[in-house]
Amino acid sequence: MSQSLRPYLTAVRFSLQAALNLTNFSSQVVERHNRPEVEVSNTSAELKLQPMHVSRNEHEQVLIEPSVNSVRVSIKVKQADEIEQILVHKFTRFLEQRAESFYVLRRVPIDGFSISFLITNKHTETMKTEKLVDFIIEFMEEVDKEISEMKLFLNARARFVAEAYLGEFVY
Amino acid sequence: MSNSIVANLKLAKAPIYSHCFSQDRSLVAVTLNSDCLVFKLTPGGKPALVATLPDHDKTVTAVDISIHGRIVTCSQDRNAIVWEPLSDGTYKPTLVLLRINRAATCVQWAPSGYKFAVGSSARIIAVCYYEQENDWWVSKHIKKPIKSTINCVSWHDNGIMLACGGTDGYVRAFSGFVKGLDSRDQVANSPWAEKFPFGALIREWYHGAWIHDVQWRSSQEKLAYVAHDGSFNVVDPSDHVSTTFSPEGLPLMALVWINDHEALCGGFSCHPVLFGEGASGWQFSKNIDKDIAPSTPASASTGDDDDEGNAPFGMSALKKFKELDLKGKVSAQVQESTHENAIVELAPYSVTAGNVTEVSSCGLDGKIVIYRV
Repeated sequence: MSQSLRPYLTAVRFSLQAALNLTNFSSQVVERHNRPEVEVSNTSAELKLQPMHVSRNEHEQVLIEPSVNSVRVSIKVKQADEIEQILVHKFTRFLEQRAESFYVLRRVPIDGFSISFLITNKHTETMKTEKLVDFIIEFMEEVDKEISEMKLFLNARARFVAEAYLGEFVY
Repeated sequence: MSNSIVANLKLAKAPIYSHCFSQDRSLVAVTLNSDCLVFKLTPGGKPALVATLPDHDKTVTAVDISIHGRIVTCSQDRNAIVWEPLSDGTYKPTLVLLRINRAATCVQWAPSGYKFAVGSSARIIAVCYYEQENDWWVSKHIKKPIKSTINCVSWHDNGIMLACGGTDGYVRAFSGFVKGLDSRDQVANSPWAEKFPFGALIREWYHGAWIHDVQWRSSQEKLAYVAHDGSFNVVDPSDHVSTTFSPEGLPLMALVWINDHEALCGGFSCHPVLFGEGASGWQFSKNIDKDIAPSTPASASTGDDDDEGNAPFGMSALKKFKELDLKGKVSAQVQESTHENAIVELAPYSVTAGNVTEVSSCGLDGKIVIYRV
């Protein structure tokens, strides 16, 4: 792990621990509803806390938006070139299409980020908060590795295909 | 389990938002999803379910038992129900006319047992009492100047002053004087105010963070509250506020007075914290049942980066599956505090001469724990 990744992840970890203190909170705007307050427009501004923006550099950022009963965590995955952009897009899309078996995943990332998680009080009540934080940190660690691995495969495969194809023309 | 634990009852698989023991400590009522369960406790035996109070159709948020044994439950379906115990061990429900159009969040019986207060997301506190001629529980509303959801209510021992706190960051003290039930003698010589007409705002303190719990210490005429910023605060009639913070920095959700100079708080750190009043004001005094610092989880990730160079085009399918198997980390069994999730309510369990010696708590992990202080 590189020198600057460690403090970045530590900052995210502590911010998440501070944010993941959720209570069961019924809507005070709509009758008989219980909805994640972070997802509804600001009719009750007092129920949201200050968003936390942790940024390693312009390509790698995390936005944590806490509210009384839900937290939205958005991650911007490093995308150095066009191949990585495509890979990240495909990868996050693959996950988002399976969001309901993923519990904490949000189906659509918020603007400017690659992937978003929505953690509500239901999740913190059924899962251990510490493990949820671990999961997100581990995801952040793994996703970079995964993307660069995929990029290597892609390059290797492209080279092989090119060689096999162009080999036809060698006498 | 440390030696400060008297009992550890795992009653439910879902979170328990509120619990209440009966006066003689033989029954405990807990909230579970949209029901309220009543358990009978026998010393040394398992708690036995004696009644399920099923009439709510949304999450039950709070439960309280009066000195006469009546149970009141309130729920996010906007209703409160009073359950009258019958001689055969069942309960007769009576719907309370709360006249609120949002969730009811908290409820507490007045010390007399003839009225109770319900806080709600409708920015209203309903003070409810029984009306003989209609055979109904009716309510009077306290509306102004509440600006957001009420999280907690607490009656003063005089049965008239009512403290509340909510997500607007204010702690307020109102008068809950009901004509015909209360008399002026109850608040004679009160240091807080001269007159107590119903609904009058007696005091308010702005804190800023969401208030999660308030409790009176009536004999000392003090009010303590805990907030989402992890602070524990005590105010007195001269508006002097003494603030101290939880040692872990995590929000506190519940509080109970132990004696005139000590209070126990619980919250997202999953174990109770004792605060004491010394010469220099209120400060943290000790942790109870705190887990031993967890050892670093032993990671079982293998050195899977070494043999990657040999693979021609990355991993074969078999290897990939094998690695997925190994991805899960095996963490060493760490010793945890008795509550595995946040503590949401604390209540005195046994009291001797004004000192609380045992405290019961309920948590999001579905446990009821009794701590020795």
